[in-house]
Amino acid sequence: MNPTPPIEEAYTLAALAPVPSASATQNACKLCAPLGASLVFKGIAGGVPLLHGSQGCSTYIRRYLISHFKEPMDIACSNFAEQTAVFGGGANLQLALENVCRQYDPALIGVATTCLSETIGDDVPMFIKTFLAATPGEPHPPIVHVSTPSYQGSHMEGFHRAVRATLGALAKGRAGAAPEQVNLLPGLLSPADLRHLKEMAAAFGLQAMVLPDYSDTLDGGQWESYQRIPAGGTPVAAIAAAGNAAATIELGHTLAAAGDTAATDLHTRCGVPALRLGLPVGIRHTDVLLQALADISGRPVPAAFQAQRGRLLDTLVDGHKHVNTVRAAVFGEEDLVAGLAAFMAEIGIHPVVCASGGASRHLAQVLHQLVPARQHAGMKILEGADFATIEEAVAAAQPDLIVGHSKGYAMARRLGIPLVRVGFPIHDRMGGPRLRHIGYEGATILFDRMANALIETRQAASPVGYTYM
Amino acid sequence: MRTIPLLREREKQIFDKAGNGTFEMACDRHSLAGSVSQRACVFCGSRVVLYPIADALHLVHGPIGCAAYTWDIRGALSSGPQLHRMSFSTDLGEREVIFGGEPRLYKALCELIATYRPKAAFVYSTCIVGIIGDDVAAVCRRVAREQGIPVLPVHSEGFKGTKKDGYKAACDALFSLVGTGDITDIAAVSINILGEFNIGGEAWMIRQYYERMGVQVVSVLTGDGRVDDVRRAHGATLNVVQCSGAMTFLAEQMKERYGIPYIRASYFGIEDTAQALYDVAAHFPDDPGIRERTETLVRDEVAAVMPELRHIRGDLEGKRAAVYVGGAFKVFSLIKALRLIGMRVVLAGSQTGNADDYAHMRALCDPDTVILDDANPLELSRFVIEKQADLFIGGVKERPIAYKLGLGFCDHNHERKTPLAGFEGMLHFAKEVHLTVTSPVWALLRRTP
Ligand code: SF4
Ligand code: SF4
Repeated sequence: MNPTPPIEEAYTLAALAPVPSASATQNACKLCAPLGASLVFKGIAGGVPLLHGSQGCSTYIRRYLISHFKEPMDIACSNFAEQTAVFGGGANLQLALENVCRQYDPALIGVATTCLSETIGDDVPMFIKTFLAATPGEPHPPIVHVSTPSYQGSHMEGFHRAVRATLGALAKGRAGAAPEQVNLLPGLLSPADLRHLKEMAAAFGLQAMVLPDYSDTLDGGQWESYQRIPAGGTPVAAIAAAGNAAATIELGHTLAAAGDTAATDLHTRCGVPALRLGLPVGIRHTDVLLQALADISGRPVPAAFQAQRGRLLDTLVDGHKHVNTVRAAVFGEEDLVAGLAAFMAEIGIHPVVCASGGASRHLAQVLHQLVPARQHAGMKILEGADFATIEEAVAAAQPDLIVGHSKGYAMARRLGIPLVRVGFPIHDRMGGPRLRHIGYEGATILFDRMANALIETRQAASPVGYTYM
Repeated sequence: MRTIPLLREREKQIFDKAGNGTFEMACDRHSLAGSVSQRACVFCGSRVVLYPIADALHLVHGPIGCAAYTWDIRGALSSGPQLHRMSFSTDLGEREVIFGGEPRLYKALCELIATYRPKAAFVYSTCIVGIIGDDVAAVCRRVAREQGIPVLPVHSEGFKGTKKDGYKAACDALFSLVGTGDITDIAAVSINILGEFNIGGEAWMIRQYYERMGVQVVSVLTGDGRVDDVRRAHGATLNVVQCSGAMTFLAEQMKERYGIPYIRASYFGIEDTAQALYDVAAHFPDDPGIRERTETLVRDEVAAVMPELRHIRGDLEGKRAAVYVGGAFKVFSLIKALRLIGMRVVLAGSQTGNADDYAHMRALCDPDTVILDDANPLELSRFVIEKQADLFIGGVKERPIAYKLGLGFCDHNHERKTPLAGFEGMLHFAKEVHLTVTSPVWALLRRTP
């Protein structure tokens, strides 16, 4: 329906492949740290994220998150002005805290810094203390501070730092043993995945403290009237009791390779055993997670999961020829890439390009462990990559399939390779928050989607027009 | 109904026409700390204005976020090069924050210019560049000298003002290009179109109207923009400026230096579009037949869309709309356009209006219309519920709130893909309103008593 003139042939998307550059990032495959932190605070019951810096960052981050979640996204900001940058953001932050308390009546405020407040060297913990001291006797919600300068790390660093800061601020010690309680630190999963994770824990009779849990706050129903803060999220009291849990399960292969995380910190401070597992994508890593839950609860794996596992295996057998020896490129957050590559390896797909904008420096090592030598010969691993670099590698590898989020669409279209959308962000399809990745069910759905993308390509390319494939 | 408390300091930025109180809005100020404002930053303003220039390199100097969040987010179409749809960032790391980002900026510019051969480069300064003290202008001068293309710094540090200051910074950069191109072949009956960004191809339609009137369009700033066209813009006889704030700065500068007068125009809605075309025609009284050609054009175009508009109006008569968009001028046009398709505006507001704008808005609206400046979601939804709106027109950040509360929604910002300008655009707009307001899903939401 767009009016003329059409775009000149020479300039259609296909002619515009980016060329990698050493000093510039082109079409980034990462986002900035406060975005990750905001997601975490959105997953706490009554939580309000407050970005300390200038207004643009919070407005852009809100807009970006909305494009995926399609949910209201209140993220407050201390709104620096020119004088603030000169004299420091103390007064602004205090006013912001006061206003957030008054307007939202929050159960928790998560203050994440931006590049600006970090660069001018604001002492945020001190500002918070001053704020609390200025109003003695008034009941204040807990205020968690997390330092998230984007020049130190991507949105995933911001995410993990916020989880750790929240536990650090709220879970002060071990007040007693709660053997049926387990802490689950899932990383950046979809709301649908989070719901499944909670079902898993509940099936073992465990009370799960999932941090963050935005399964309702960012994937909720219709409203009767405006909600200042959407219902759902992990209760502050549950986070505060995390030190009593039987164990902490932290998901993510690269996170498990990192020295020091929220789970190890909780172990050091409160003595909660830390189980650092891979993302449960595919059969084996789901087995590992369920076994861990069985060990913690002392109960066998419930029959419902055995049945799901059976259906998954049956599906994999039915479709194994569609995927075996297929070559795929996968990109996104490091832990999702690692999890997907592990699943691909299980079913015979060769992950020939594995790329992430994250730069934890653990991805290559983890992938070499997860993908058997037979399949990782020639596997190209890109860390800290942008889409110019990724596209160059994918164009060279000519895989059959690309698996990743919406940002890969232009590349997939240029190269004429089907894109199976997973992870975050999904802003060119419906249902991003409902995508399933984890557990036997997630693996079944992923398998169907990958196999169907391949079948569809073959079917469309065939002049015969086969009805049965 | 539960009422929602308003921030004390915000009371002056809300005006209920049915209530008492004097009409005085404190709209030109910074958003309040701790509020969830819908406003963006200086950088965002600059980016909006310059984004559509398709054969220029747009390099965002700063940490990654500012560039990542503006990658290919707008519906500004180009008929040729597509370089504007890429996201380029110096992606500053800790090292540069401590030791300065100039070397990295220099290298990034040289590499990208060598690769993409742009006609010019814009370098946007973001917040921390303003703090670490990089001399961006000096780096730009050096690269311009070495590479032989204009390399223009855009002083768009986010915290140094509001979105409006960003428009101004962008206009400053554009103004330094204007006047450097050859203008010998430009006719006397000629204009520049300012503040039109070719969302969904709008600039193409508007350009075509003017060409049918016999008016040469020298440069569209900046929709489907090309550096060489910008350089020739001083050859036009008249500047036609759309929208409230974005490009008036440039029009003023061009008036001062080149003596080019400017008039305002809105291409949204039938009345406003026709008015804009007649105003331009009136500027060229010596051109025989321009008036007649314009009348014919308007008559033909209106005749082409009216039957369908009337049909749509039948379905929408009496429905209520809330309008909350960036610029106040757009609000005026929307109010008129909604009236044309039978709807009533029960809430109107903008992010960047000034006192005059709000006075005008008040005059256009019904007596009980609520008028808001720089509203936050709490306030927006409170009034939307109170006023029982059927439709919300706003930006991408308001859409989920409207949907949560069970009312229809239309985009009216730079991220949409549908052309809403001109006569044909009015039809697109009416269809979109119809599509959302008449959906049977709203009936499913009505709660059983
Ligand atoms: S850092 Fe500054 S320029 Fe960038 S988005 Fe934030 S406010 Fe805008
Ligand atoms: S300044 Fe930092 S926090 Fe703000 S948008 Fe840019 S990268 Fe993100």
